[in-house]
Amino acid sequence: MRRRIVQGALERVANRPASISAFSSILAIVSGLVVGFVIMLIVNPGDAVPGFLTILFGWLSEGSRSAGDMLYFGVPIVLTGLSVAFAFRTGLFNIGATGQLTMGAFTAVYIGVNWGFLGAFHWIVAVLGGMIAGAVWGSIAGLLKAFRNVHEVVSSIMLNYIAMYMNTMLIIQLIYNRQYARARSPLPSAHIPTWFLRDIFPGSSVNIGIFIAIGLTILLHIILNRTVFGYELKSVGFNRDAAKYAGMNAKRNIVLSMTISGALAGIAGAIMFLVAGRHLEPVNQLMQEGFTGIAIALLGLSAPIGVFLAGIFYGALEQGGYYLQLYDFMPEIIDIIIAVIIYFSAFSLFIQTYVAGYLRRKVGAEVELQQGTELK
Amino acid sequence: MEYVIEMENITKEFPGIKANDQVDLKLKKGEIHALLGENGAGKSTLMSVLFGLYTPDAGTIKVHGKKVTIRNPNDANNLGIGMVHQHFKLVHNFTVTENIILGHEDTTKGFLRYDNAAAKIKNLSERYKLKVDPSAIIENISVGQQQRVEILKMLYRDAEILIFDEPTASLTPQEIEELMKILRNLAEEGKSIILITHKLTEIQQVADRCTILRKGKYIDTVEVSRTSNEELAEKMVGRKVVFDIEKAPAQPGETVLTVEDLCVRSQHSNTDLVRNVSFKVKRGEILCVAGIEGNGQSELIYGLVGLAPLSKGRILIHGNDLTQASTRDRSLSGISHIPEDRQRHGLVLDFSLEYNLILNSYFDTTYQRRGFLNFSAIRTHAESLIEQYDIRSSHGPLSLARSMSGGNQQKAILGREIDRGSELLVAVQPTRGLDVGAIEFIHKQIIAERDRGKAVLLVSLELDEVMGLSDRILVMYGGELVGEFDPETVTENELGLYMSGARKRGVA
Ligand SMILES: Nc1ncnc2c1ncn2[C@@H]1O[C@H](COP(=O)(O)OP(=O)(O)OP(=O)(O)O)[C@@H](O)[C@H]1O
Ligand SMILES: [Mg+2]
Repeated sequence: MRRRIVQGALERVANRPASISAFSSILAIVSGLVVGFVIMLIVNPGDAVPGFLTILFGWLSEGSRSAGDMLYFGVPIVLTGLSVAFAFRTGLFNIGATGQLTMGAFTAVYIGVNWGFLGAFHWIVAVLGGMIAGAVWGSIAGLLKAFRNVHEVVSSIMLNYIAMYMNTMLIIQLIYNRQYARARSPLPSAHIPTWFLRDIFPGSSVNIGIFIAIGLTILLHIILNRTVFGYELKSVGFNRDAAKYAGMNAKRNIVLSMTISGALAGIAGAIMFLVAGRHLEPVNQLMQEGFTGIAIALLGLSAPIGVFLAGIFYGALEQGGYYLQLYDFMPEIIDIIIAVIIYFSAFSLFIQTYVAGYLRRKVGAEVELQQGTELK
Repeated sequence: MEYVIEMENITKEFPGIKANDQVDLKLKKGEIHALLGENGAGKSTLMSVLFGLYTPDAGTIKVHGKKVTIRNPNDANNLGIGMVHQHFKLVHNFTVTENIILGHEDTTKGFLRYDNAAAKIKNLSERYKLKVDPSAIIENISVGQQQRVEILKMLYRDAEILIFDEPTASLTPQEIEELMKILRNLAEEGKSIILITHKLTEIQQVADRCTILRKGKYIDTVEVSRTSNEELAEKMVGRKVVFDIEKAPAQPGETVLTVEDLCVRSQHSNTDLVRNVSFKVKRGEILCVAGIEGNGQSELIYGLVGLAPLSKGRILIHGNDLTQASTRDRSLSGISHIPEDRQRHGLVLDFSLEYNLILNSYFDTTYQRRGFLNFSAIRTHAESLIEQYDIRSSHGPLSLARSMSGGNQQKAILGREIDRGSELLVAVQPTRGLDVGAIEFIHKQIIAERDRGKAVLLVSLELDEVMGLSDRILVMYGGELVGEFDPETVTENELGLYMSGARKRGVA
């Protein structure tokens, strides 16, 4: 009897590929948290429990203020996650999100610093500028892949470094604030507005970037699942030969996919730096947000809504980690824990395959593995 | 009589379908036992249960009279059960020897030792007459040889019970001949063999007994020598099957397709795999390109539909020059294409059946409006094709193509391409992997297309199909057309001579 119930439940899960995948993602998160907790126990057994609770629930600790900051931290990661996930669905691995983000950030800040005459439209134009810069940067890798068969991973890694050095050079030449050795601050008219969010989340840094992220998540969800364009992108991603057979223009789809992917990363860059108190610096470092996006795309199983949830979860951890300093933990412990969770999220593919294989044997369910998560 | 395998009352249910419903299968020592059934009857599932890939919901398995539980392929290996899957599981850039010993390597202090292995392989291949070059790399040897490697792999692991799932589906007639000999040798040496095949002649040639399944249910086990092809087919389909293809004489009309001096270059080297091929296909006729696999037929079709670049020549449909046109434009100008490799070109395996059924027409305003997919139209279309072409699967339109049985995948593609009503139907090996009932049905459909005034270009490796279906035959050898024949007057022998390159003559 009990076996039948378990069997039934398994069957139901197995029947819904999405829920299997979600299950494995959650398993990855839990495993990551457990490892994080063990590390905390080793480092500081006394404070491990309250410290761990802080990581998980810190975003609630100061009410709406900390919840707002969770969203603020989450937004760029949601966007880079979407960027990577979108390319995944076309069978492309966009490791260049960081370069596209850098180009987007610089362009947005440049417009933010110089084009004050735009008035009320200033921030919109700045974001659009960032988007276009990211799109152009992404399209280079797409064009190289489509017409010269250069693997996108190779070209985007190189483009990342080009973007990084160009950023340094352009900051110093065009928008340098010598006194602080960083880029000048965007004018207040270029700051991403906060609208009523300031009243809901008083004291937090959250801005309407969160609405942009929600809007783009829904938009991508619709594109991928309801449109002819999404049908083509997924065909190309799942089986390029069949897409060719069906007369789809694989080259065009590859270029478009990388362009859109780059645009998303560009928007992330714009949103990150069109705020008060954060500045571009000529430091020759690749921006981590682009790489975090890869992990978030994995964790979110390349589905826009999954990526959104995973990105906000990341924001919560980051925010929780911020309060961790109240206890006797080195601030680096937060990075370690987040890194461990991200590391385990990469395992979600492995776990997913394992769970799927197990269920297939048990109930014979054919399980859809998200092609996007297949990193070769 | 002692049985080596006794499967009793095996039931395996997938969500939405009972793939095996109380099936019995008893295998005697040293016999070749055929397993016959329609597409989707549950043959592969039953063998996957025996090989430990699926756990049955009910039923018992006995090996040498002892009840066993087979949890995974390792258990099966330990019980002496080996399986050759329809799609081989070999590492392409490894040598034959490396593939055979993979997972069963001999080592000393962590270093691989090949000497014992090489001796054992040599021994096995002599004993069972399985000729292969042990140092050849897999990707450089033919499909028939790869299959021998798979067989050696089983023997190397001391398998006594050998399962073959549709081993002849991708072999040339010559290779099939060879395989039949190998099977007989194996049986004589005391191995017990289960053979899944849709080809009744193969069963008549080698099998001792035959178990028949229909829609997941056990129907009967018969002595092959006392059963005719017609009886086998009737048991399997549940009605009489017409083997002879009935068709009225062709009434060719105006020319639909003109191919002039076509040359198609190899993707890998600088040679032409198709050389100066010219022919015409008219309305109301079935033109067949016959030949032994690998003589340029595949490349000819790729060149024709736009999947491979032409190095020379012209292609015209109703006089319109399509030489420079894209695959999409050729398709829209009236070419339907049933591709040779259904899993590579024909289907997106991770899409649902209904998505696959619009693969060549998703952009049509029937299935989309302003770029948004019209889900209800897609569903209606799928339901009508599923009904018309009897495409069986577990979840109807929503079944993942990957979960469908091989024959039903093929029916889905056939339905999709015939339904488009194009002027020219290009069908490459349209009945590969289909059961006799389905073959009869597909042949009828192709003839009906012809009688509706469509032009049909058929590529087939099966002589029966070539002789029965076509109105005109072109033989291709070494990338060139070497003869044109009327199926009414030519003999299979004569065709064979041209196909093997022993004779040739000019083609008008
Ligand atoms: N993993 C699976 N999940 C769901 N349904 C499945 C699965 N595998 C097989 N089926 C279904 O079970 C039925 C039997 O399939 P099976 O592959 O055993 O058929 P078969 O007899 O080998 O057919 P064919 O001759 O076409 O290869 C089919 O209807 C198929 O759709
Ligand atoms: Mg099968």
